[in-house]
Amino acid sequence: MGISHLSILGAHPDVEVVGVCDTSKMVNDFLSKHGGFNCFTDFQKMVDEVKPQAVVVAVPTKFHYSVIKYLLEKGISVFAEKPFCLNTAQGEELVALAAKQKVVNQVGYHNKFIGTFGEVKRVINSGALGEIIHFVGESYGPVVIKAKQETWRSDPSEGGGCLLDYASHVIDLLNDLLAPVTKVKGAILQSIYSKNVEDAVYALLQTSSNVSGVLSVNWSDETYRKMSTTVTIVGTKGKIISDANELKVFLKDEDKKIGYSKGWNVKYITDLTEQVEFYLRGEEYSAQLDYFIKAVGGKVPNTINTFQSAWYTDRAIDLIKKSAV
Amino acid sequence: MERILFGDNQFFAVNHISDEKSRAQSIKFREDSAIIKTLDEARAVGVNTFMCTTHDRIARICDVIRKDPEKYKDFKIYPCMPYAHKYANAVTELGIAGTIKQYVPGNLVGTMFKGGMAYLSKDFHSIMELLIDAEMKMFKGVNTPVVFLQNVITDLFLGLRAYDILIGFHDYVKKKYNAEAGFITMNMPKLLDVLEQGGIQNPIICSSINKVGFRMSGGVEIYEETLRTRKLRAIAMQVLGGGAIHPKEALEYVCGLPNIESILFGASSKANIENTVETIHHFDELKQA
Repeated sequence: MGISHLSILGAHPDVEVVGVCDTSKMVNDFLSKHGGFNCFTDFQKMVDEVKPQAVVVAVPTKFHYSVIKYLLEKGISVFAEKPFCLNTAQGEELVALAAKQKVVNQVGYHNKFIGTFGEVKRVINSGALGEIIHFVGESYGPVVIKAKQETWRSDPSEGGGCLLDYASHVIDLLNDLLAPVTKVKGAILQSIYSKNVEDAVYALLQTSSNVSGVLSVNWSDETYRKMSTTVTIVGTKGKIISDANELKVFLKDEDKKIGYSKGWNVKYITDLTEQVEFYLRGEEYSAQLDYFIKAVGGKVPNTINTFQSAWYTDRAIDLIKKSAV
Repeated sequence: MERILFGDNQFFAVNHISDEKSRAQSIKFREDSAIIKTLDEARAVGVNTFMCTTHDRIARICDVIRKDPEKYKDFKIYPCMPYAHKYANAVTELGIAGTIKQYVPGNLVGTMFKGGMAYLSKDFHSIMELLIDAEMKMFKGVNTPVVFLQNVITDLFLGLRAYDILIGFHDYVKKKYNAEAGFITMNMPKLLDVLEQGGIQNPIICSSINKVGFRMSGGVEIYEETLRTRKLRAIAMQVLGGGAIHPKEALEYVCGLPNIESILFGASSKANIENTVETIHHFDELKQA
């Protein structure tokens, strides 16, 4: 993952990449020889030597706490990959530290930068759906489709498993669209091909606003070409079904305020996507880093995907784990 | 290059606006014969160039083409490499070293691993050349006058500023395959700068070009300006903006732009292929008149 962050940052006109740290000599050799980057294998040495204004942390989740803490203590703004931390106590400490140091903090939940999901939020907040009564959050994809794939993804202590890797995206999106998940009424963590981690997560969730819903996530589903996330939000006056490409809204009555007619309305991502300056693998990946850079530069508020919001997701993950035992 | 090139997204369930449509396509093109039938339908209306990813299934399509040289004597394939999912899946499963071991052919791998990773890291150009050879194997005996680097790789190296790798791709394709190199990108103006600085004049660049600015990084204006004032052999893809624009309006826009050498499109049905080809010809004639 780090390599695509670097590519996006390398192409960004407002960013000067002052240092890159990776443990692989092969990666560092390539980046210094072909890209002219200043490479390190020890991140503390890098930070002390090049004194960056901001750091993007794309390392296995188990290292997030120690790396981010070091950076925050030095007053450096941080963009970290998701999920935030492996336990809620560590996350809580970092949230407080980031606030104390007054630095920009962001976590890479990229769904928040996808146009269709942004529109879902706009429709919900407008009240057009009436009272929200139920939700379904789903995500399916072909990550582990046979036995014997032992990587960090299969090690729960490194942040592996479908719950941390895949389901976290859906939970975070639901948290943002509705309200943070604060209760888990039942959960199943199911191994299909993996020995040490779950390949599927099914759970009954409830938000702090007392809306309940279903989470269904499976990363061993090869009928999907790539990760596909869908949310369904049911209200008393309408319903939304949206994935990253297509948004379908059903309203009982026309809502002129938000420009939706009675019955089904369909919108596509092409109508809802803002252009980015440099595209690598989806507008959302460029857009989230661009947002972070703008926040560091003081041009936008640091309100999307903060450590705090990512911590709510960590907490829901924790509740699911406890409920599944 | 021919004015109209036929793409392959529909064969591999790639659809930018609908997961449902992509599923329907996956069902329709389950059998290789369905792909061949659609290619024949495109050939019947004069579209003789198939621009495709180096997907495993394409190897089987090449078998069909090789078996019938008379029927496919005018047929050309523009390979687009690499098929990134193949490597991404392999890296997940085998790691980077394991992936190279699996996909780089021949004894060289053994030699490289005996020499250790230091050798690997020092000579990325040789690894790239071996990977190109591996991807090109399936096209042996098939006419491939232009060979493309996929956007995910082009743009990755563009952002990493590993410009010499892009130039290396161009040079190797020319030297080894006597073919022209093409680059697919979502960042056309930026790539053109880099290729020109690397000494590639009038490069073949395939990028999203459509009326709504979909996947045109930096915006429509800078793309139009580049087409108007710079020297490149442009291929327009995603001309329908992922389906957001009415086909007629979309094609009228693209046909009206200066300096677009070819238009790439894909379609699953005979009627759609015929309509698109007819519409492009119609607007081209209007422009000439």
